[in-house]
Amino acid sequence: MGVLISVAYLFAGVSFVLALKWLSHPTTARRGVRTGEVGMAVAVVATLANAEIVDVRWIAVALVLGVAAGVPLGLLVPMTAVPQRTAISHAFGALAAGLVGVAEYTLRQPALERFTMAALGIEMLLGFLTVAGSMVAFGKLQGVLRDRAWTYTGQNAVNLTMLAAAMVLVVLLVIEPSRTVLLAPLVVLSLAVGVMLVIRIGGADMPTVISLLNGYAGLAAAAMGFALDNRLLIVAGALDGSSGFLLSVIMCRAMNRSFTNVLFGGFGAEPTRDATERRPYRQVGPEETAMILDAAQHVIVIPGYGMAAAQAQHVVRDLSELLRAHGVDVRFAIHPVAGRMPGHMNVLLAEANVPYDQLFDLEQINPEFPRADAVLVVGANDVVNPAARTDTHSPIYGMPILDADRARTVIVVKRSMRAGFAGVDNDLFYLDKTQMLFGDAKSVIGQVVEELKRLPARTAV
Amino acid sequence: MSRALEVGLYVFVLASFLGFTVISRVPGLLHTPLMSLTNAISAISLIGSLLLAGSGHGGFATALGAIAVFASTTNAVSGFILTDRMLRLFRLRRAPSSGDDP
Repeated sequence: MGVLISVAYLFAGVSFVLALKWLSHPTTARRGVRTGEVGMAVAVVATLANAEIVDVRWIAVALVLGVAAGVPLGLLVPMTAVPQRTAISHAFGALAAGLVGVAEYTLRQPALERFTMAALGIEMLLGFLTVAGSMVAFGKLQGVLRDRAWTYTGQNAVNLTMLAAAMVLVVLLVIEPSRTVLLAPLVVLSLAVGVMLVIRIGGADMPTVISLLNGYAGLAAAAMGFALDNRLLIVAGALDGSSGFLLSVIMCRAMNRSFTNVLFGGFGAEPTRDATERRPYRQVGPEETAMILDAAQHVIVIPGYGMAAAQAQHVVRDLSELLRAHGVDVRFAIHPVAGRMPGHMNVLLAEANVPYDQLFDLEQINPEFPRADAVLVVGANDVVNPAARTDTHSPIYGMPILDADRARTVIVVKRSMRAGFAGVDNDLFYLDKTQMLFGDAKSVIGQVVEELKRLPARTAV
Repeated sequence: MSRALEVGLYVFVLASFLGFTVISRVPGLLHTPLMSLTNAISAISLIGSLLLAGSGHGGFATALGAIAVFASTTNAVSGFILTDRMLRLFRLRRAPSSGDDP
């Protein structure tokens, strides 16, 4: 039986790797999900066949409740709420790791080995840190907590001291695993560190933080694998962890910032520059916007968090379909950090039925801007700020941006002239070629669509 | 260094390399489904939770184990379903209007 279980675990590990491999293309991705499901099912069945399991009553109850909660959660979560759901699932995964850590620590007394203790210590520290951090992230994404970063003087010192104290507790436990009095302080301190780390993160840094929490949750699961001497857990944890850290690196690179800067920089706390002198800008209405877009050959749409917040993805799709019917070539330019989690804009636009071959990432689309007749910026700000290229004093200097300013005409849909997340004024808005279309993205683009419907369809040139 | 630790470290390091290689091929287009799929996969901590909840180690351990089973099961089930729902949205041509999932 033991051999069969080992083979089943190996099978599951291989299917997880294949699942991720097949995720490299939309056409094979769903096969990846199936494969992952099969791997998971095989591993669970093999585990239930383990002779160590003598009492299945509570398992049955928990499994049934878990399925009862998971099915509706998976089926009903709207795509706009995927960032929140992701935060919650990081919390759940880390909670499982943390609780198993606590129980194993207690059960293995007094003969707990140091190595096992080290694994359990890391599992509990990362586990509970991630639980609390993810709950705060959930609160911010859901709008229960304020989206802005919450900062105070000396915050870094406090956070680092708390983190160091938690690590010291782990070390003390490794030196002498029988010091059970240290367990409760470790749990509490880890939770507190999680809260403090994430509470200081502002909304637009969420993609990085969510990825980072993803990485921690993976490491906690891998640590559980070390503690339980279970290779499948180590493999799955390593895959999850490397995915999380890789995504955080991609997010950081897309903002030209370091991990340390995101975690301790307090970016986006308060506007870094006062509202500067009032510069003149040009305004445009829905009717004229419709005419400009309709007269164009190539249009590039740049969506940002504002599109998600206004739920404008469906009218944006209507707009692009209508323009295409009029013979205009419409493409979407997606910045890696647009939205609240990696890939957020792609999912929203896919849900609105935009075919994925119209979605382009930064490297693909940037060379195309000089040829674009018009760019429509929908609720994006810092990711199109040319100051990132030119102004060495700007806090966003060096961040790769979408070169909207290189197009012939730029139309910016925005609620007001307020600065973006980084608190910096956007030079793009004051260019001669730029026109501001003020209003709620959903309603104002809806008006553009109505205007467009009145224009006669162009005959092909 | 004990044998379990040695083997564990090998597995961890090699799996991490494999993970980085495989995952760096996932396009930005699919980063959200990627995160939700890796989430579902890491719900494999379910097997650790099952062993804890079912081994008859007394009330405390069983209770923590059962909560962990609940949390991991929820993650696994919702993670796989949601990932699939998202991936179904990525299409080349428009589906006939309705907007609902087929």
